[in-house]
Amino acid sequence: MMAKPLEQMQHNPPISGVWPDATGHFGTYGGRFVSETLMPALEELEIAWRHYLSDARFIERLDQDLATFVGRPSPIYWAENLTRAAGGAKILFKREDLNHTGAHKINNTVGQALLAQAMGKRRVIAETGAGQHGVASATVAARLGMECIVYMGSDDIERQSPNVYRMKLMGAEVVSVDTGSRTLKDALNEAMRDWVTHVDNTFYILGTAAGPHPYPAMVRDFNAVVGREARRQMLEHYGALPDALVACVGGGSNALGLFHPFIEDDSVDMIGVEAAGRGLSGDEHSATLCAGRVGVLHGSRTYLLDDDAGQIRDTYSVSAGLDYPGVGPEHAWLKDSGRARYVGVDDRKAMEAFHMVSRTEGIIPALETAHGLAYGIELAATMSPDQTVLINLSGRGDKDINTVAKLEGISL
Amino acid sequence: MTGGMTNRIDQRFQALKEANRAALVPYITAGHPHPDATVALLHAAVSAGADVVELGMPFSDVMADGPVIQRACERALEHGVGLQEVLTLVAQFRQHDATTPVVLMGYTNPIERYGATRFAEDAAQAGVDGLLIVDCPADEARDLQGELANAGLHQIFLVAPTTNDARLARASELAGGFVYYVSLTGVTGAATLNTDALAPMVERIRGRIDLPVAVGFGIREPEQAARVAELADAVVIGSALVSKLHDIDTVDEACATASAYLSKVRAAMDEARAGVDLAASG
Ligand SMILES: Cc1ncc(COP(=O)(O)O)c(C=O)c1O
Repeated sequence: MMAKPLEQMQHNPPISGVWPDATGHFGTYGGRFVSETLMPALEELEIAWRHYLSDARFIERLDQDLATFVGRPSPIYWAENLTRAAGGAKILFKREDLNHTGAHKINNTVGQALLAQAMGKRRVIAETGAGQHGVASATVAARLGMECIVYMGSDDIERQSPNVYRMKLMGAEVVSVDTGSRTLKDALNEAMRDWVTHVDNTFYILGTAAGPHPYPAMVRDFNAVVGREARRQMLEHYGALPDALVACVGGGSNALGLFHPFIEDDSVDMIGVEAAGRGLSGDEHSATLCAGRVGVLHGSRTYLLDDDAGQIRDTYSVSAGLDYPGVGPEHAWLKDSGRARYVGVDDRKAMEAFHMVSRTEGIIPALETAHGLAYGIELAATMSPDQTVLINLSGRGDKDINTVAKLEGISL
Repeated sequence: MTGGMTNRIDQRFQALKEANRAALVPYITAGHPHPDATVALLHAAVSAGADVVELGMPFSDVMADGPVIQRACERALEHGVGLQEVLTLVAQFRQHDATTPVVLMGYTNPIERYGATRFAEDAAQAGVDGLLIVDCPADEARDLQGELANAGLHQIFLVAPTTNDARLARASELAGGFVYYVSLTGVTGAATLNTDALAPMVERIRGRIDLPVAVGFGIREPEQAARVAELADAVVIGSALVSKLHDIDTVDEACATASAYLSKVRAAMDEARAGVDLAASG
């Protein structure tokens, strides 16, 4: 049933021109900046991805897994109390927190794992920051009987210990990464190294819409089920498209997943929310699009945070899943084209939103998601009651309760 | 090929071919184990028989390198060694060595931040001869290669066991100096090399790219270097050398260590070549 839109997306790329172009570029962004060893593997992956996305049986299997394993479609929920409190536009949540494993990440891992299986790869690897992508990868690997290795920064292992245990319960091996800033970027480096070394039998399940081509486009496509559903649900249940879409941006997969099917709907505003950490004026944030500049990191040309010598900076955010110095190249392109805009929300505001949504709606959001919520609530307050703001509730906050308790001096 | 025979790399490989010698190409990370040691280490390497020297430009996220080079980069960055400092070190080396080719090896982002045009000019001015950008395959290299060519520098490309003929053809359009064959799928310093699988690949590259072939990644022991020297035009020694330098405190000790190791490698390579008749080098 959903095969059609996916297929059409391949043949009818949104906005003018093909996105990305044949060499994997979004305008001047994207591309493939990796060691020669990986280039043939990326070419092979691109061919497989293009092939299977127009393979009816593959799409049928994917749709079935999304329905019965992930629990799709996820509903759109009207946050009435929050709407009342904000006193402006109607606030709606796209409930990706209700997915199996509790975040949008599983949309992508189900897709990539099926692709790995179709390509005959028996070993999958993944990087993870918040642990959500690691858990989602471990989940699908367990189900498909694949060996799964997850790379995770040692600082993140500490921040997200419940997720580490979940991965192990499902039989994945979690490898602690002690280099650099010991967070997501270093886990990504380590996963790339693993892939270079085991490229013949290994599939790298990259967890966000970043990295070398075809990952940014492929991860977007697997997550675009979120936006396709949301678009249909809005028309069905509210009789109109939303006026604004809001999503948090780490590498950018949940935001692109929501935005992408709306790109040609000019009336719909799109706002990506980055982590402003302890403030955009200092260095302790991870707001790449708001405060970064163009460079090359992790295989693509995009906005990033670096120093004057071109060394990648250590970033900071209370949320591990946003704590990343790069961003997917399609967001760089959307920013420059003006089709989407990007704002920063600091730790304090994110924590306020975390508590507010927990108390008023009975939904504990992920700390990543709380950044999007903080901005979405603020935005709604400036709009009129006949308008709607759709926020991507990218994940639930169970994984974050240790972090939040610790910040508040509570021992669990 | 850009730079023609005026580039030191071309001159050096021509001379080596005439003498039936394989090039010894040691790699060190600039600023490791200490910035004061770098120039002295380069001279020591040349005295021990290096024909070309490769100098790593420290980067924070060395995705294609293993733990040894990563640690070396972290150490160098702690000492504040960036591209500017690397070029200063090369210029200092050039004050006492006008002929040994210098190849810089690193990643794209620091070069873009410096500005590719200005970097190419400054590098040529400092006495650099070639650049190997690990995360810049031929597909993304056209602009940079143009800048380098204007400054008379070669861009050196990696070829991997996974590289197919179409990709070899693409690299051959832009490649200069020599081809760097990554002799195993892996990061630098990973496993050890299987020399048996090497011969057919070196032949395949030679059939498609008209440049000397250097082999690196995974070469540690003098005996391995010797076997590679029988097959290829150059032997690159990287992580094995860098790991020996990591815990050394003085410049003299670092130079003595590098020298002793490289001399052994050189001797083994020369012995191997002496035992091979000229047909193998043709
Ligand atoms: C719940 C949740 N939301 C958002 C993100 C950020 O990732 P992305 O920007 O790719 O959606 C993460 C990453 O771990 C996450 O777990």
